[in-house]
Amino acid sequence: MEKSINITVKVWRQKNAKAKGAFVSYKLDGVSTDSSFLEMLDILNEKLISERQEPIAFDHDCREGICGMCSLYINGHPHGPDDDITTCQLHMRKFKDGETVTVEPWRSNAFPVIKDLMVNRKAYDEIIQAGGYVSVNTGGIPDANAIPIGKPIADEAMDAASCIGCGACAAACKNGSAMLFVAAKVSQLALLPQGKVEAATRAKAMVAKMDELGFGNCTNTGACEAECPKSISIAHIARLNREFLCAKFKD
Amino acid sequence: MAKTTIDAKIPQGPLSEKWSNYKAHQKLVNPANKRRLDIIVVGTGLAGASAAASLGELGFNVLNFCIQDSPRRAHSIAAQGGINAAKNYPNDGDSVYRLFYDTLKGGDYRAREANVYRLAEVSNSIIDQCVAQGVPFAREYGGLLDNRSFGGAQVSRTFYAKGQTGQQLLLGAYSALSRQIAKGTVKMYSRYEMLDVVIIEGKARGIIARNLVTGAIERFFAHAVVIATGGYGNAFFLSTNAMGSNGSVAIQAYKKGAYFANPCFAQIHPTCIPVHGEFQSKLTLMSESLRNDGRIWVPKKKQDAEAIRAGKLKPTQLAEDDRDYYLERRYPAFGNLVPRDVASRAAKERCDAGFGVGATGLAVYLDFSSSIERLGKSVVAERYGNLFQMYEKIVDDNPYETPMMIYPAIHYTMGGIWVDYELQTSIPGLFAIGEANFSDHGANRLGASALMQGLADGYFVLPYTIQNYLADQIRVPRISTDAPEFVEAENAINDKIKRLLAIQGNRSVDSLHKELGLVMWDNVGMGRTKDSLEKALARIQEIRNEFWSNVFIPGEENAMNVELEKAIRVADFIEIGELMARDSLDREESCGGHFREEYQTEEGEALRHDDKYSYASCWKFVAEGKAPELVKEMLDYEFVQRQQRNYKS
Ligand SMILES: Cc1cc2nc3c(=O)[nH]c(=O)nc-3n(C[C@H](O)[C@H](O)[C@H](O)COP(=O)(O)OP(=O)(O)OC[C@H]3O[C@@H](n4cnc5c(N)ncnc54)[C@H](O)[C@@H]3O)c2cc1C
Ligand code: SF4
Ligand code: FES
Repeated sequence: MEKSINITVKVWRQKNAKAKGAFVSYKLDGVSTDSSFLEMLDILNEKLISERQEPIAFDHDCREGICGMCSLYINGHPHGPDDDITTCQLHMRKFKDGETVTVEPWRSNAFPVIKDLMVNRKAYDEIIQAGGYVSVNTGGIPDANAIPIGKPIADEAMDAASCIGCGACAAACKNGSAMLFVAAKVSQLALLPQGKVEAATRAKAMVAKMDELGFGNCTNTGACEAECPKSISIAHIARLNREFLCAKFKD
Repeated sequence: MAKTTIDAKIPQGPLSEKWSNYKAHQKLVNPANKRRLDIIVVGTGLAGASAAASLGELGFNVLNFCIQDSPRRAHSIAAQGGINAAKNYPNDGDSVYRLFYDTLKGGDYRAREANVYRLAEVSNSIIDQCVAQGVPFAREYGGLLDNRSFGGAQVSRTFYAKGQTGQQLLLGAYSALSRQIAKGTVKMYSRYEMLDVVIIEGKARGIIARNLVTGAIERFFAHAVVIATGGYGNAFFLSTNAMGSNGSVAIQAYKKGAYFANPCFAQIHPTCIPVHGEFQSKLTLMSESLRNDGRIWVPKKKQDAEAIRAGKLKPTQLAEDDRDYYLERRYPAFGNLVPRDVASRAAKERCDAGFGVGATGLAVYLDFSSSIERLGKSVVAERYGNLFQMYEKIVDDNPYETPMMIYPAIHYTMGGIWVDYELQTSIPGLFAIGEANFSDHGANRLGASALMQGLADGYFVLPYTIQNYLADQIRVPRISTDAPEFVEAENAINDKIKRLLAIQGNRSVDSLHKELGLVMWDNVGMGRTKDSLEKALARIQEIRNEFWSNVFIPGEENAMNVELEKAIRVADFIEIGELMARDSLDREESCGGHFREEYQTEEGEALRHDDKYSYASCWKFVAEGKAPELVKEMLDYEFVQRQQRNYKS
């Protein structure tokens, strides 16, 4: 049932990458519980604009949980208190009347703040550039059905491939490790015959890049899996470790 | 004034040989020269990413731009249902010709035969390419690829990856792109927004773009520019498009002389979650694939519909006999799988007649109960689980237990920048691919065909055709971005930004965008009339005046400024809205997604007028404040006999 609630939104505001940030609290009354969390921020921004203030900058695009653009630490959880969803899929019915909602950007050395709640996640692109692909050019490819792939394997690869590159895993990790993100890609491609050929070198290159970019080490705390909006399993980290050892062994 | 004529450069010969003939005779660029040629690709969706990656692989020097923080986040990522190809793996009678024919017919005979045939022809290579990249398409237990059915076809030709096909295809293209970025053939500019195209001696030679993080305006040179910036559905404010999807580059190109073709052809998707409140920021699509197993209905009796709207009756309490499965009733041959335009109008018809459900009466049911009975909950969950979850998170209702509610929403734009067979616009050196161009879907696009077109353009068509142009450019040295044309273009942008920031009025950008969207939906939406369109033109003019005199943009010019970004896009949506209304007014017929209420059959179906409107409307910019000139590309149907579309028998 639709209701409306009054809340206080405590938001991290930071003018730019160099500026010092601080929390600012805003009161917001009459928020429909049917509105999404980002729609709540839209309403707050409209209010700020009507008061001739600068709106809060935050990343978002698809607003349906697939592009990985939205981020936000909400009440201490990446993508908020609800399970298995992104911030843009979170709805205000998860909050109580009178509640103070704390909103912060991702906190990770590898994701510096650009403005307010927006961070720079180029590091994830760089990890993919280090080897998150199958080395094939366009054209001159065999028929798609030339190599059958068992359904369970294809399904597992699909599960790994559903990572949206949002960065919650590194943001949630006390070590700031990007291991779940890296493992998801390594695992997807290692499972498929097309990607198997380069599996070991890929794992090595991507892990090396992750280390180089200042992400921390994985100590298997499992925080990433718990906060991942796509429920990517840490079992993929085990597969990554196998590929990685295999690469080391070959050296 | 000399009459403008249009040459689509369609190759001679039989339909099935045109593309191979073209490729056999076109000019190519040799490997040593490729390195010396720069190509700007704007956009990293399926079209842009596949093009940038493929051109990089060939050895060109590519500059690739996108507005998101990463190329992987382009709007293509949101496509759910699938991608078509004529593989005929299920052996159910598919062929290149049938895919061609279905696409042409689905588009209500307003597309170019030669382009559509080529699209069908290259469709199979796309699937091969994606599998080679590691795209995890759905498979059967035997290990071969699985297919599903989509609207407007009687064969199963849609490949899919759960409900995340666009994501997987885009990540495939993104991985190919990432590989080229690592190799240095592609330089990536993310969080950059193109603000104008630079023309030197009649040819596209670069762009002006804004660094969205610093606010700096920068100039970029290239021997050719490729636009892959997607569709303009957000002119309606509420649509299934991502928040950042925009039509600005199309308007920039239009104002520099490229034709804007068929602006009025916009697709309204029948299965979206209905609008629920004023604060709503976007509409969520429920994939068309749901129509494979979901049945659409409204109550047969008005009093039942009223009771449901008042919350006194639940849909599950309504007996089978009291339900009107209106698509199955009206279109027995295609049933729930009629094309989108037909399904959308049928929903509107029922709701307008008072049979709609939901609190607003603007919704119909999409019911899975008989599929759950037939297939079991686990099969339904495997096919649509993520969509059901998405629905539940938004609506707070469980579709396994109570039918989903859906209503049509703006989804896709068939219109766009006019291109010839080579995907070149009317400005030499300026190309347009993917949803940004107008080419292949005529007046209505079939489901699962946009992904096909985007990747066809980017992987298999543009990398050939652009060489036919570039082969003549190998002697053109890199032009300095200090050239007067660059300076002038940059100055014009700076002036525009200063002007916008100086208005300091009282209206937020969003409030003006919403106002425009409402005018569009009410008057240039699912049912259009001469009156509604004239009203829209007048209202849009008012909104334009209000925007340019009363918008308020906080923040600075030389810094990140999200409101400024949005304002620039909304200014262009106003121009697009006007072009859409103008084009709708010109086209006194109904075809595909364009439904003029004055032109319908007795049964309420779209009534085409091939004798008068068998053309693509190409709008040519004349001057600010002046009406554009309409140039017609006549559509000759050489190979296919046009018919009134029939999905009944
Ligand atoms: C919810 C949804 C589901 C869909 N499902 C399907 C489906 O199942 N099957 C199907 O075939 N089709 C589907 N479609 C349609 C299809 O997804 C799109 O038509 C297609 O992905 C468009 O791809 P594109 O590459 O042309 O553009 P987009 O993916 O929209 O990419 C546009 C790119 O241009 C960039 N850009 C835009 N403006 C600028 C600028 N000014 N400067 C710099 N960069 C800019 C953006 O950053 C982005 O990278 C769906 C669409 C939606 C909305
Ligand atoms: S693994 Fe999960 S949390 Fe990490 S980037 Fe991917 S989707 Fe986000
Ligand atoms: S905005 Fe795309 S995942 Fe949230």
